[in-house]
Amino acid sequence: MSITVFIPTQLRNYTNGATQVPAEGTTVDEALADIDQRYPGIRFRVVDEQNRIRQHMRIYVDGERVREVGVRANPKSEVHIFGALSGG
Amino acid sequence: MAKKTTAKKSKAATKKKIPRGVTLLVGTRKGAWFFSSDASRKSWRVDGPHFLGNVVNHIVRDPRGGTLLMAAKTGHLGPTIFRSTDKGKNWKEAARPPAFHKTSAVNGRAVDHSFWLSPGHASEPRVWWAGTSPPGLFVSTDDGVSWESVDGFNENPMYAKWNPPDAGTPDGALLNQVLIDPRDAGHMYLATSTGGVFESRDRAKSWRPLNKNVEASFMPDPYPEFGQDAHYIALSPMMPDRLYQQNHCGIYRLDRPDEKWERIGNAMPKAVGDIGFTILPHPREPDIAWVFPMDGTTVWPRTSPDGKPAVYRTRDAGATWERQDRGFPKKQGWFTVKRQAFCRDDTKPVGLYLGTTGGEVWASTNEGTRFSQIAAHLPEIYSVEAVERL
Repeated sequence: MSITVFIPTQLRNYTNGATQVPAEGTTVDEALADIDQRYPGIRFRVVDEQNRIRQHMRIYVDGERVREVGVRANPKSEVHIFGALSGG
Repeated sequence: MAKKTTAKKSKAATKKKIPRGVTLLVGTRKGAWFFSSDASRKSWRVDGPHFLGNVVNHIVRDPRGGTLLMAAKTGHLGPTIFRSTDKGKNWKEAARPPAFHKTSAVNGRAVDHSFWLSPGHASEPRVWWAGTSPPGLFVSTDDGVSWESVDGFNENPMYAKWNPPDAGTPDGALLNQVLIDPRDAGHMYLATSTGGVFESRDRAKSWRPLNKNVEASFMPDPYPEFGQDAHYIALSPMMPDRLYQQNHCGIYRLDRPDEKWERIGNAMPKAVGDIGFTILPHPREPDIAWVFPMDGTTVWPRTSPDGKPAVYRTRDAGATWERQDRGFPKKQGWFTVKRQAFCRDDTKPVGLYLGTTGGEVWASTNEGTRFSQIAAHLPEIYSVEAVERL
C-alpha cells in the first residue's frame, strides 16, 4: 500500500495530467520528496526552502488540514494538495 | 567634469547591421506575450499567451547565446524560472530556481518571486544574475538551469539593515536590478527598494552603499547612507562610468569616479515633477536618456501627471528636458508604467516601448518623436524588453 497524493489543477502539468499519484513515506514531507523524484520541481512549488507550506497552498491528510510537512501519514493515507481561495 | 571612459566597440558592432525588426517580450500578471515587428517596426504580429495565468515579472534574452529566461510564479505556486533555448518555442523549468539557504531561524527567508534577470558579463557566457523579493541576489553558472545564493549580499552582516523586513513595495521589498560593468566582470551595481544602490568591485563578494546625495524623503534623515528606494539604475552603454537613476525621490546622474549623485530631475518642469519608475540611456549617446514621469504627490497616485502621458528626454545629461507626447491621449490618459515595462531597442533610430498596467503597449520608432499604440486588452503589464526579432 502507498500514500495517495491528489494533485490540484495547478500542478498537473508536472504529473502529465495525472490527478492522483502514489507516494512512499511516513510523513507528508517524505511523500512530497518521493513524488518530486518522479516529477522534478513539484515540491518547491508547494513547499518553500524553509520547509514551510506556501502561503496560498493547502495540504490535507485524511481530511484534516495540516500546517507543517512533518505530519505523519499512514500507508493508506490520502494527501490532498489544494490551491487556497486566497490565491489566484 | 568626469573623464569619459568609453567601452570599446567591437568589429561586429561597427559593421553595419541590416535591421530585422524587434520582438517585444511582454510579461504580465496573467502570462507572457511576444510582439514581433517587421524591419520598419510598424507592423506587429502577436504570439501568445504563453504560460497563461502565470505572473511573469521579467523575460530576458541573452544577447550572448540567445537563451530566454522567464521569471514566473502563479497566485498559488512558488516561484520558478522557465528557460528556452529555441526562441521561445519550448520551455523547461529551472532544475533549481533561486532559493535562500535553509536556516533554523523561525522566520527564515523564502523567495516569493524572482523580479529581475540579467545576463552576465560577456566573458562569462553561461552566467546569469537574478534579483528577488524578498531582496536576494542569485547567480547561475549553467545558463539558468540552476541557481545559487550569493552570500556576499544575502548573508552580508549588514543585510538586515540594508533590507529591513517590514519595508517594501506593495508586492514586497525588492532587489530590483543587477548591473555588470561591460569592462569588468567583477564590477557590479545593484538596486534595492529598501536600501538604495550598492556597488561591488569583487564580483559580488562584498558590497557598499552608493547613495550620496540621493534623497529619502520618507526617513527622518533625508540623506542617509542607505535606505533609499532606487527604482531603476542604468549604465550608459558607451560610457559605463555614467549611471542614471530614477529614484523614488527624483532623477539622478552619477559620473564615476565621483561618489555623489546629482539630482538632474530638478530641471524637470515643476508641474510634472521627476518621479517615475524607469530611466533609459540612449544606446550610443551618453548625454541622452528618457524617463516616464508619474505623479508622486499626495497619496502617490503613480499615474501620468494630470492624466496627460508623456515621455521626457534629455539630450544634455539632465541639464534640460523636453516633453515627448505626440500620439498619447491628450487627456484622461492615466498611465502607470512599471519599472521594467519601459524599454528601448538598439536600432537607428532608437525605438522606445512601454507597457501600461492597463494592458496597453505603446511604441515609438523615432526616439520618442511620436508614439503609437500597438496592443491593447492585455492583462496588467509587468515588463517589456525589446530584443532583435526572434
